[in-house]
Amino acid sequence: MKFLDEYRDPKVAEAIVADIRRHVSKPRVLMEICGGQTHTLMRYGIDNLLPREVELVHGPGCPVCVTPLEILDKAVEIASHPEVIFVSYGDMLRVPGSKRDLFQVKAAGGDVRIAYSPMEAVDLARKNPDRQVVFFAVGFETTAPANAMAVWQAKREGLKNFSILVSHVLVPPAIRLLLESHGNRVQGFIAPGHVCAVMGYSEYEELAQQYRVPFVVTGFEPLDLLEGIRMLLAQLEEGRYEVENQYARSVTREGNEAARQRMFDVFEVTDRKWRGIGEIGQSGYRLRPEYAAFDAETRFGVSDTRAAEPPECIAALVLQGIRKPVDCPVFGTRCTPEKPMGAPMVSSEGACAAYYRYRRHDLTVLV
Amino acid sequence: MTSTFSLNCPLPLEVTDRVLLGHGSGGKLSAALLSDIFFRAFQSPVLARMDDQAVFEIGGTRLAFTTDTFVVKPLFFRGGDIGSLAVHGTVNDLAMGGAEPLYLSAGFILEEGLDMDVLRKVAASMARAAQSTGAEIVTGDTKVVEKGCGDGLFINTTGIGVVREGVNLSAANARPGDRVIVSGTLGDHGMAILSEREGIGFDTSIVSDSAALNTLVRTMLDAASRSSLTDIRCMRDPTRGGLASSLNEIAACARVGVELIETAIPIREEVRGACEMLGLDPLYVANEGKLIAIVAPETVDAVLAAMLEHPLGREARIIGTVSGKHPGLVTARTAFGTSRIVDMLSGDQLPRIC
Repeated sequence: MKFLDEYRDPKVAEAIVADIRRHVSKPRVLMEICGGQTHTLMRYGIDNLLPREVELVHGPGCPVCVTPLEILDKAVEIASHPEVIFVSYGDMLRVPGSKRDLFQVKAAGGDVRIAYSPMEAVDLARKNPDRQVVFFAVGFETTAPANAMAVWQAKREGLKNFSILVSHVLVPPAIRLLLESHGNRVQGFIAPGHVCAVMGYSEYEELAQQYRVPFVVTGFEPLDLLEGIRMLLAQLEEGRYEVENQYARSVTREGNEAARQRMFDVFEVTDRKWRGIGEIGQSGYRLRPEYAAFDAETRFGVSDTRAAEPPECIAALVLQGIRKPVDCPVFGTRCTPEKPMGAPMVSSEGACAAYYRYRRHDLTVLV
Repeated sequence: MTSTFSLNCPLPLEVTDRVLLGHGSGGKLSAALLSDIFFRAFQSPVLARMDDQAVFEIGGTRLAFTTDTFVVKPLFFRGGDIGSLAVHGTVNDLAMGGAEPLYLSAGFILEEGLDMDVLRKVAASMARAAQSTGAEIVTGDTKVVEKGCGDGLFINTTGIGVVREGVNLSAANARPGDRVIVSGTLGDHGMAILSEREGIGFDTSIVSDSAALNTLVRTMLDAASRSSLTDIRCMRDPTRGGLASSLNEIAACARVGVELIETAIPIREEVRGACEMLGLDPLYVANEGKLIAIVAPETVDAVLAAMLEHPLGREARIIGTVSGKHPGLVTARTAFGTSRIVDMLSGDQLPRIC
């Protein structure tokens, strides 16, 4: 498959790994932020190819995982309205709220649909003027432009029956939080390629300078990740802390100006709660006042709730890279993808779910 | 900026009190539905073997008996339609038990308002498909439901066939050292159907692989009979849930591990591309004209050679080995030489956000 197979070539991988082995001189802890990268690392067993000195820990960059319980409960409540067509990216449907998930809402008669793009939801709103169409706008800076575009388009067309339930989060504030936490072990970051394709990477340059920690903007294929890891290790060996770009085929320093402009037209920065971590200041988006009419929370008057939490789950420590999924006493026993106790087990991009799904045979004494 | 972390985890959900779409996926939810509701209620040792067909003896003859219901949307697709699919599906379930299909039943649930021409075409397609397999449709039933209570047309077929003498195919027979053969490329049917659904919006030339496998099975058994018929331990047609689910069922049933060689698994370029685009794994995508066979190492070459001579086995390959390690798990050796689990999914595959 052209444009993909060249980034999955085992011979090239072998050469990069050999180079890493030659150059690494002491233990290093690296973190990939994005859940998509966690998924690739686990699926291809990249961590097992690396020398013992290199430890990979997994960041909070799974949008499905960090969507707060309260928002999921709101989604469930809104989707249960008989006049609502609730439209979502597929992997949000199985994420449990405090009582139910969206699949259960669907089974109980709710009109819940999977879409690949928020524009499909706008189209549904056009075609179903007597129904309320709500799009579940979750994700990082990657999905925000398309969601902004949908709202912008709906406003332009005067669609009165379209709204979005917003739970957008931003990567740099979470990294800052990790770097400031007492238990931080991370010495270098694999920066999220797709987020940077939109945002560019000047934000990461500030972080690199302030915290003296290297970043490499990295893609999502196995060779991208190996190359990103090699570049990070080289910076650490040479005592540099810069932002380098491994993913130049998709990312420029400036990012996608047009996408960002549309996003800032529609959204503004706000405090957001992250499931498994807690509230992080200025870490997400909400709709600007001029687009408030498209806010599903106000349109449906859903209220905040709080849910009880099992104390044995170590999601917060896993999401900070302080502990590994297998360090958790309930990993793979009482906490599985079928019955997730915490954020990183709920989606295949979560660190715990990725370990469980791909690697539990050589990680633990389970089975 | 706050720097306090809270242990904010959700409580696990209890077992669902309603049927979910995922209960029909062929994954863990389907398995739970069978064991919690049906196996418990029906209490049959034949059923408990969990093969794709029941095999039992009547008057000294071993019979295979199976049923399947078809709810495909759209009704007509590249490479087939619900009618041919309904015949092939049941014929294949019989074939996987080592049986030649003899007689079929056909039950129809029709939605009020269905175009009579559609029904005519489907019936003709069923007749053609049955004829080509040598089976005869000998009984049937028709029900009509009110508009809105069905999706155009649902078909149930049941089939009965005679199991060839000396053949004993069952998932429980798989043992360490056996080889895993697949008869051809994976994921063609599922991706053909998906590409024709509304809202997916991509054009492709992927054609369903819907086909009757009974003659391929006959060829394989002929080849094995030169050494020992029981060297073919078991066969499965990896329909919903795909290769991964079928192999997981075998691994669980025989309490063995299955080790795949990822690079050996045949998948068409178009199918790989479409799966990449939609965020799906082809190992979990449905097939309707492929089989997996678990074969003893001493006979595997002969069986494979015979398959390669058959029109439906031209792309057959050995894709893995049954092992004593990790009983109950299917693993894959990646192109990078690392090992990963190929798990049973909970429900349907869900496209990922990013």
